[in-house]
Amino acid sequence: MKRYFRELSVAGALLILLLVLALFAPAFFQPQPLRSLLTREAPTLVVACGMAFVIIIRQIDISVGSQFAVCSVCAGLLAALKWPLVLVLPASVALGALMGAFNGMLVAGLRLPSIVVTLATMVTWREALRWQRQGQFVNLPDNLQWFGLSQSGGQWTLMGAALVVLTLLAWATRHLAAGRFIYAIGSDAEAARLAGLRPQSTTFAVFVFMGALVGLAAMMNVVQSPQVDPKSGSGLELKVIAAAVVGGVAVSGGRGRLWGVFAGLLLLACISPALTHFHVEAYWEKAIQGAIILLAVVADGVRSRKQIR
Amino acid sequence: MSAANPPLLQLSSVAKSFGAVRALRGVSFDLRAGEVHALLGENGAGKSTLIKVITGAHQPDGGTLAMDGGLLEKLSPAAARKLGIACIYQQPALFPDLAVAENIALRLESGGALRKVDWAARRLQAVGLLERIGADISPDAEVRSLSMPEQQLVEIACAIGSGARIVIMDEPTASLTRKEVALLFAVVRDLRSRGVGVVYISHRLEEIFELADRVTVLRDGQSVGTCPVSGMTEAGLIKLMVGREVAQLYPPAEGVAGQVVLALKQLGCAAGGVKNVSLEIRAGEIVGLAGLVGAGRTELARVLFGITPADSGEISLNGRSITVASPQDAVGQGIAYVPEDRRRHGVILEMPIAQNMSMAIHSRIFPAAWLRDGAEARLAQEFIRNLGIKAYGPQAPGGSLSGGNQQKVSLARWLATRPKVLILDEPTQGVDVGAKSEIHKIIRRLAMEGLAVLMISSDLPEVLGMSDRIAVMRGGTITALLPGKSEAHAVMAAALGQNQ
Repeated sequence: MKRYFRELSVAGALLILLLVLALFAPAFFQPQPLRSLLTREAPTLVVACGMAFVIIIRQIDISVGSQFAVCSVCAGLLAALKWPLVLVLPASVALGALMGAFNGMLVAGLRLPSIVVTLATMVTWREALRWQRQGQFVNLPDNLQWFGLSQSGGQWTLMGAALVVLTLLAWATRHLAAGRFIYAIGSDAEAARLAGLRPQSTTFAVFVFMGALVGLAAMMNVVQSPQVDPKSGSGLELKVIAAAVVGGVAVSGGRGRLWGVFAGLLLLACISPALTHFHVEAYWEKAIQGAIILLAVVADGVRSRKQIR
Repeated sequence: MSAANPPLLQLSSVAKSFGAVRALRGVSFDLRAGEVHALLGENGAGKSTLIKVITGAHQPDGGTLAMDGGLLEKLSPAAARKLGIACIYQQPALFPDLAVAENIALRLESGGALRKVDWAARRLQAVGLLERIGADISPDAEVRSLSMPEQQLVEIACAIGSGARIVIMDEPTASLTRKEVALLFAVVRDLRSRGVGVVYISHRLEEIFELADRVTVLRDGQSVGTCPVSGMTEAGLIKLMVGREVAQLYPPAEGVAGQVVLALKQLGCAAGGVKNVSLEIRAGEIVGLAGLVGAGRTELARVLFGITPADSGEISLNGRSITVASPQDAVGQGIAYVPEDRRRHGVILEMPIAQNMSMAIHSRIFPAAWLRDGAEARLAQEFIRNLGIKAYGPQAPGGSLSGGNQQKVSLARWLATRPKVLILDEPTQGVDVGAKSEIHKIIRRLAMEGLAVLMISSDLPEVLGMSDRIAVMRGGTITALLPGKSEAHAVMAAALGQNQ
């Protein structure tokens, strides 16, 4: 129990929020708005899983929002060229992985600080895209939206896909040796190196994987609308970092669980609709989200200080 | 000094525990104004904890501290500094990017963040202090560019400048040349003549005889005796430090050394400062690697383990020449390295001990890339039993264990790789006495099972007691090979570069 305290407290907070909503604003649970809310968050969940890995190895990637936009636009352009979905999806994933590899090369290969590297790539991808598109949207062929299914069918598919990704990754962190490496390197890279692990290769791989997940998430977002906004994904990096931190991923590395991240993401995502149902002005959303993040960080700080004694 | 005057500093039965480890179990110690009082003890005897109690970094669990007869309660580092207690650590705690004068000023000036800095006065003060201790250092030099002894002199200048009445020096000569030592001693004597009380910690007995007025010996967290240096002999001090006859403490060697397992020929690594090392280690043999801090012992181990690969010479294993370019290579060849400072490079504290133990052998116990918890738990259980690790189970986090048990976990990780050569770097540093002798027994047992063991240790009695042969390093190379039952002074002389 104690080991999962952090994750359980987030899940508890989420449950309390849902309970309060159930009692005082049952309208929140109307199937359709709830389903659109969860569908909107499905791509975010996929990116948040990748971000959790990046933070666990004691790095950060703030370029995910820009990567997301690049992947979305490229996927849209390919789809407009009548590429079938089975080709567009892997192309988007590969493009994301490529951008991740660029970050990884600089961080792991040249040992540059990831905050600076990904700040640079964040600005570069975003501005390159702005110059290329001049703010123009990409119109998508009709058969792409909701994978050509009905709206509810598409929504169920996306939510299902996000949950499958989450479950697979959660299983992998627990049962694959690679998951163990990530925690070991995040806890103590030097000890891991002395134990024969390869911190630099692992770091590179985690950045590539992050990019691939962004490519997948971009695709999950593209199919939700008839057009691709070249500004999509702005602020995504903050959302997923917040979800990871609130969900119990330690910024100091080496600790965190994906189902905690899931709870953290849902908690943050439910704030805005909850405010609407309680007739609080939407301006408060960010302030409340900020307070939750602060609370999570303070809780971690107090905890680690107790451990040091 | 009349008897009526209370001593400058008086500690009575000070005790301090960290979890299960009792670092201090009743230390009494007094320091008079104008004396150099040496503090002597093996590694792990409690010296560093005692310093931290005096400087206010640790609160004692029991006992009292008094200065000039007045009790000091709830001493904080800031309060200790205000009282005039200064400590000069082995690794100077200066700001490398700032100039000498700025470093001194940071320590001595107080006041608001918005006060105007008087650069000229600051520089003048630094010049004055450096002159007073006879240091030839420019106040404008960046501290980064100074040598270790120069940095220590800057620390001393800070201590003097702050009007310190008690100066604690923690192994100040560990990395100094003889000439620098002479300069440092002159400064210490000058401090003494000004009425400052100096607590002097050193492993070098001859320094204590040269410099100190009185000496207090610590053993296993207790003060076992205080006496004037003039009435003491080296042998007497060693006896006080060790307490028992050395031979009784260590498990006897019963096996016979077998084939040569590891052979080094003219091995060198410019980046690590290791040059021209030749050494053979046989199966069943423990070779102790002695030398002063900075002699290149850990550096040699890092070369052998491929962390800083060799750039000249040859390593052969069982008669076959091998290259060790990375830790993975070393593990593959059967070389294991249990690093120094297990808290930083050994056990991962957040991880369960089972995961810590399996870390170096993932490819063997998890051939299919996914983890089989059963195999891991069995491995952990086996080592917990074999090495007598005290933990509530394989899932206990590494951080919940005592130092000695953490060291055993670190050892288990490497034994799991089934090595042919085991390199141990300070295997019992910071481990309490009971666990220490257990670890010694384990090391001897491993050797008798046919492992070739290279044991780096700064703990001279340990080197003498455990080794079948002793290699002494100095200046990055092996300068002497001595038989296991050598005298302490022979090893020390070789480490210091003195020819008998």
